[in-house]
Amino acid sequence: MFLRRPSIILSILAFATVALAQSRTLLNVSYDPTRELYKDFNAAFVQHWYDTTGERVRIRMSHGGAGKQARSVIDGLEADVVTLALAYDIDAIGEKAGLLPEGWQSRLPNASAPYTSTIVFLVRKGNPKGIRDWDDLLKPGIGIITPNPKTSGGARWNYLAAWGYAMQKELGDLTKISDPSKADEVRAAEDKAREFVTALYRKVPVMDTGARGSTTTFVQRGIGDVFLSWENEAFLAVEELGPDKFEIIVPSVSILAQPPVTVVDKVVDKRGTRDLAEAYLEYLYSPIGQRLAAKHFYRPYQPEHADPADLKRFPEVSLFTIDQVFGGWQRAQAEHFNDGGVFDQIYRP
Amino acid sequence: MAGTVSINLASGSRAQAPATRDAPIVRWTLIAIALGFLALFLVLPLVVIFAEAFREGIGAYFASFNDPDALAAIKLTLLTAAIAVPVNVVFGVCAAWAITKFKFPGRSLLVTLIDLPFAVSPVVAGLIFVLVFGLQGWLGPWLAEHDIKVIFAVPGIVLATLFITFPFVARELIPLMEEQGTEEEQAAMTLGARGWTIFRRVTLPNIRWALLYGVILCNARAMGEFGAVSVVSGHIRGETNTLPLHVEILYNEYSFVAAFATASLLAVLAIVTLVLKSLVEYRVRRQIARAAIGEESS
Repeated sequence: MFLRRPSIILSILAFATVALAQSRTLLNVSYDPTRELYKDFNAAFVQHWYDTTGERVRIRMSHGGAGKQARSVIDGLEADVVTLALAYDIDAIGEKAGLLPEGWQSRLPNASAPYTSTIVFLVRKGNPKGIRDWDDLLKPGIGIITPNPKTSGGARWNYLAAWGYAMQKELGDLTKISDPSKADEVRAAEDKAREFVTALYRKVPVMDTGARGSTTTFVQRGIGDVFLSWENEAFLAVEELGPDKFEIIVPSVSILAQPPVTVVDKVVDKRGTRDLAEAYLEYLYSPIGQRLAAKHFYRPYQPEHADPADLKRFPEVSLFTIDQVFGGWQRAQAEHFNDGGVFDQIYRP
Repeated sequence: MAGTVSINLASGSRAQAPATRDAPIVRWTLIAIALGFLALFLVLPLVVIFAEAFREGIGAYFASFNDPDALAAIKLTLLTAAIAVPVNVVFGVCAAWAITKFKFPGRSLLVTLIDLPFAVSPVVAGLIFVLVFGLQGWLGPWLAEHDIKVIFAVPGIVLATLFITFPFVARELIPLMEEQGTEEEQAAMTLGARGWTIFRRVTLPNIRWALLYGVILCNARAMGEFGAVSVVSGHIRGETNTLPLHVEILYNEYSFVAAFATASLLAVLAIVTLVLKSLVEYRVRRQIARAAIGEESS
């Protein structure tokens, strides 16, 4: 029946190509929880770019679990910029597809992280199970929601935060990890950390592929008692779905999560968008970018630019970095998340 | 799903005798269980979709479609179906024609291959395309060099949909054309008709209802496919999101009314498909019955 009217198909195709050819575009491939941030930020940037250059541009977005998104870029999704959950996934784009140089992370300030976050607990209103800190997660009868670390960046931060907590508890002082004379003590602590994480993942009833999927599982479907979440994602869930339903619990120790951003060199050079892509990322570091990050519950790199009212929402928490405990993303990934790594050994669905 | 017609048809024209002599209570219990099951697993979800979609009133419902991303998703879904359905009609008719009217080596292999998309998980089907057309895949470097985009663009979505909806038309036509045999075509040939005329004047009228039935199923699947399309889509808003993918995105963005409103579009499509399917099924059954009677009397 469609065959009789090829003109309709042709006009649809023509329309599609015209719409694409109109102006320069930029594709930002990002991870799950940044949807709301980039919706606002893109509008601000498009206006800013128009005001300074007179050119109208369009920012296109793609969201998904960070691992999956990196995989898509490796497989040919033409991202001008990637704004992912963790450095390892961007490293993978450089290694597996050669789309960006090795030293990409030093191109922008703060290890290319214009905003940071951490891992907190989201619990149901009134905290009926009395969850205050990491140890409480192992109390009997508690269901923990966290996504799959194989596919989700947030989930990897969750896992590393739990591991780091156990190390901190055993060692008391994380600087011992880099001290060769304390190697035995560190090894014993690692065994304890492994036990802790094993017990924790036994209590996970549903493992989604991305952070947002897990939020929906916990919030919409009402499964589990505590949700290990990005701080920004937890704030958003509380805001969107009612402060009368959920509470954020900040543990004694957590990890400093740095979601980095970078230009994908091969793609921007091919598409002729380097100037636009670089300006886009720099704008994230500008006062407006920093203010929007704080507004959307990310901890800004330069808090002085943010609205003090937004900053007040972030509780004080003692944070350790991935370099301190794991010696960087490459090592953390190889030891814990690659096939046959610690996560594969401890997790039995 | 596609196999059901041929199964139903065998018993369709025979006189009905009571299958069992069970007590009425047994019969009614069984009927109640079946209906209860149906209500719980088919009707209830449908009701939920519409209840959620209209939760904030008709205005909010229609506002959901006014969003540029939603319109783009609708447009892309229609475009995909507009390409996938005609292509699979042509392929399905050719395949069914070849299989039922000729004997050639590899015939049964072809029949088996047509069913492949039913046997393969849609996600795997999508990954096949990534492996072939992806930047790290077989054709990837060549495609990149010539700046041709297949996956993470509209062509990839159309290809994945084509693959998934491949068997629908052929699967509907083969049993019917097998039943009808080749006598009418042979008669036409002795009267001097040529290939295309035979097809147009003899074969096509004979198979038209089964063909339409195949088209309806093919269209429903083309518009509703999620798994394979999700793998090759790249999820670029307003560009490579089809309706089912758009539903997922809206749901994940806490836009529940819009998500269910969009889902209700797909549900309406499903209901229309069901109604059309029942109508056409009735016509196909009559046609096959007629073909069978014709065979017996000859």
